[in-house]
Amino acid sequence: MLDIKGLRASVGGNEILKGLDLTVNAGEVHAVMGPNGSGKSTLAHVLAGRPGYEVTAGSVAYKGRDLLSMAPEERAREGVFLAFQYPVEIPGVSNVYFLKAALNAIRKHRGQPELDAMDFLALVKEKSKVVDIDDSLVKRPVNEGFSGGEKKRNEIFQMAILDPALAILDETDSGLDIDALRIVAGGVNQLRSSDRAMIVVTHYQRLLDYIVPDFVHVLVDGRIARSGGKDLAKELEAKGYEWIEREVAAR
Amino acid sequence: MTTTAPVAGTDLYRAHFEALSADGAPAWVQSLRADAFLRFAARGFPGPREEAWRHTNVAPIAKAAFARAEPGGTVAAERLRQLDFGGAFTGWELVFVDGRFSPALSSASTYDGVRILSLREALATHGDQVRAHLARLAPPDDADPFRTLSLSLLEDGAFVELSPGVAPTAPIHLVFYSTGDPARPAATHPRTLVLAGRGSHATVIETYAGAEGGLYFTNAVTEIVVEEGARVDHFKLQREAEGAFHVSTLAVELHRDATFSDHNVCVGGALVRQHVEARFAGTGGDVALFGLSIGDGTQHHDTHTVVDHAVPHCTSRELYKGVLGGRSRGVFHGKIVVREDAQKTNAHQSNRNLLLSRHALVNSTPALEIHADDVKCKHGSTTGQLDPLALFYLRSRGIGEQEAKSLLTYAFASDLVSRITVQPLRVALEAFLHHRLPASPTEAAS
Repeated sequence: MLDIKGLRASVGGNEILKGLDLTVNAGEVHAVMGPNGSGKSTLAHVLAGRPGYEVTAGSVAYKGRDLLSMAPEERAREGVFLAFQYPVEIPGVSNVYFLKAALNAIRKHRGQPELDAMDFLALVKEKSKVVDIDDSLVKRPVNEGFSGGEKKRNEIFQMAILDPALAILDETDSGLDIDALRIVAGGVNQLRSSDRAMIVVTHYQRLLDYIVPDFVHVLVDGRIARSGGKDLAKELEAKGYEWIEREVAAR
Repeated sequence: MTTTAPVAGTDLYRAHFEALSADGAPAWVQSLRADAFLRFAARGFPGPREEAWRHTNVAPIAKAAFARAEPGGTVAAERLRQLDFGGAFTGWELVFVDGRFSPALSSASTYDGVRILSLREALATHGDQVRAHLARLAPPDDADPFRTLSLSLLEDGAFVELSPGVAPTAPIHLVFYSTGDPARPAATHPRTLVLAGRGSHATVIETYAGAEGGLYFTNAVTEIVVEEGARVDHFKLQREAEGAFHVSTLAVELHRDATFSDHNVCVGGALVRQHVEARFAGTGGDVALFGLSIGDGTQHHDTHTVVDHAVPHCTSRELYKGVLGGRSRGVFHGKIVVREDAQKTNAHQSNRNLLLSRHALVNSTPALEIHADDVKCKHGSTTGQLDPLALFYLRSRGIGEQEAKSLLTYAFASDLVSRITVQPLRVALEAFLHHRLPASPTEAAS
């Protein structure tokens, strides 16, 4: 589904990704871990097409197409979804309106009829169960005045509505207490399926107790320094990142 | 009338003034006009070197050869229906075409204790009330010669008087429409006088509009007296033709425990200058001024506000927002005066501007003159662009770039729109904003 080759990317003139390779197939959950500043979030934003994140070399094939040539909205319509580490507050636009506009843009792109208000509200009702999101949050302006946990739940709720093929979760665990983490991770697990791939970006192993990955990659200084199964995360938990950083330095 | 040589640009209006001499207005009105005209002729139009006019050059108005508006102008029923909020409006409506009252287009109804007349008629039937207040709040003023000019050419307008304690639920809509024949651009000076008696409550809407492609100059003055315990909710929709000039003054006086709100929507016109002035004449007054200005192309929208806390224990709030695209220019100048005795004043002013284009420009100047020590005064001004991260967030969910921009722009303006309590007006304004912001939503507000 996703094939990243030799990806280099800069933000504000600083090279962050320095030749990253990663292949993700449908049905797989990949965890991308790494110390602060290793480029985890940059990878997530580059894949979603954030302006200002400049790709200088390499390629990203998504479903066989050149992902990097697509505008952010086109990527979303093709099934790429980024759950933001810091979801943006948008006063004056209700969550429900925002989501309906997004879903219908995606449906239109897929050649499906737009959902009317009734059908959309039925879908909202169904999907709000995934992360147990309160009806009042759905009607409020996007993320405005939401707690940290509510914002993260809202991201997963959006993911449930938009039904992406490739979901990228950027530090979805940051700022969550253990109860909120369980709810959010539970929601993500419900959305795991054989035709959906997920990239879970996280600094801590904790999240991976709840969202058990098929593969774990460790990002150090803009490259994948090591890949393995879910046990690699445990090893990192025990040994810390310095161990791999030293290995990379010694190469 | 020939004692002093006229200042450049004023000569043209002498003919307009002289044409009025036989219009049958009472002698006191003739005398007000004559004094004002002398003053205007001696003063002339303001120049760009004058501080209050620094950001707004009125030379295009001063140099244009505006004719006196001819009688007989009409407005198509369909067009009027648009201005009438798609026909959804229920209430009193006075329609003025090219500055003259049009009884045939107006739908006055009667209500005990409410008088809604053309000013011309009121001069004949309610002369004492008009005389007591006309040009009292917006007298001839060398700092603003437009109001001096307005008085010198006073001809018609609206008169609204509410008896004490009267609170009609229906709003009063005043429509000032200009036909604006480009072959013969004309100037009008419509004047509105609202007298809200003790404990009364009125909702007054002013609409200024013109024929598409019309060229004309509207020089409007509105004076509103809010007596003790009364409340006036005032709305102004400035949707003049794209090429039109619009200069206006709204002057309000609040007596004890009176409440006044203004909701100013400024979207039309090529060159627009608006003054909004509120003065507290009694304690316990409350003023809320809201404004939304949307400029595009080469439009120039200038709003000057003055809130005069002349007495203690009054509250004022101002929120003005500008959305500027293209090469448009916005000016906001907000003055708050707190006089020496005006202790316990609470004054808040905010101006926020959204620039949609690199070529748009805004000048925002708050001006506080505080002479009392036990007061709460706050002001703030921000000017920025659409938040790139918010834009990315929307796009990352599949919403197209143009629609995302419209959505965020609409969101910026939405709190001012949602404050508009007259439902047909709000619905019409929402529809207008959607029209103005391409590919924008129809139900974005939460």
